[in-house]
Amino acid sequence: MNLYYYASPSTFYPLAGRLIPWFAALALVLTAAGLYISFFVAPTDFQQGEGYRIIFIHVPAAWMSMFIYVVMAFWSAIGLAWNTRLSFVMARALAPTGAMFTFVALWTGAFWGKPMWGAWWVWDARLTSELILFFLYVGVMALQAAIDDPRRSDRAGALLNLVGVINVPIIYFSVKWWNTLHQGSSVNLTRAPSMAHIMLWGMLIMALAAWMYAIAVALVRARSLILERERQTDWVRALLEAKS
Amino acid sequence: MNWESWEAFWAMGGYGLYVWGSFGMTLLCVVGELWLLRRHRLQTWQRLKRLKSWDSQ
Repeated sequence: MNLYYYASPSTFYPLAGRLIPWFAALALVLTAAGLYISFFVAPTDFQQGEGYRIIFIHVPAAWMSMFIYVVMAFWSAIGLAWNTRLSFVMARALAPTGAMFTFVALWTGAFWGKPMWGAWWVWDARLTSELILFFLYVGVMALQAAIDDPRRSDRAGALLNLVGVINVPIIYFSVKWWNTLHQGSSVNLTRAPSMAHIMLWGMLIMALAAWMYAIAVALVRARSLILERERQTDWVRALLEAKS
Repeated sequence: MNWESWEAFWAMGGYGLYVWGSFGMTLLCVVGELWLLRRHRLQTWQRLKRLKSWDSQ
């Protein structure tokens, strides 16, 4: 398979159309399995009781918020370097989903913080840098929406994406660099996770579900963006002809 | 099985507001995004069809 072949919008469009149902189905199945583990298999936590179950949403959403931003910055860099049309489309298609996951991470964090810390919000390093991430997503979308010329809009947004990516390691390491309220990570690559295995599995399955969801949604959005941008081309005209 | 009854399930050991507030808002966000996505897609098709009908006039 030639990857460059699919870098052209006219070949990517039908490919994405074929992939979307698979990612959507996987997202549904994984979400069902993840929720089942979250509520019916994972035991009550000995310190936090049932309140800890927020972890099954909070941690995957927070992972996604950072990861989607990095992927978005990656496509922005490719787009700026090689001026490939599809890269900018992908970067743009990911932003709303990333913003959604960031909002969910902040919201569930507040709903977890209130019963456990006694506060909906504190200006802790982790919370503050995650809030900045949310503003970055919203800022990129607002900037792109404010510029009419699509090429200039793409480039301006991509530049802001690249500048903002510095915030992602700050979020990740904030719990180590500043000793504030938010706890350190329970899962990382260098040591055994400090939580029960079944809880870890629930979290990982929910994270995988979030991945599949994000891919499906970004592909749907990318397809709409491609149609808009390629409307003058023969293949989009032929598609319209076939649809009507 | 963790729960003795549905009441116990919804109560979440006293953390009902926080657990369901989190899961509920997440559901709302996902449904909202899917709705916006569908609207975006339909609007794009309609716009393209309108442009095409002007072309052929």
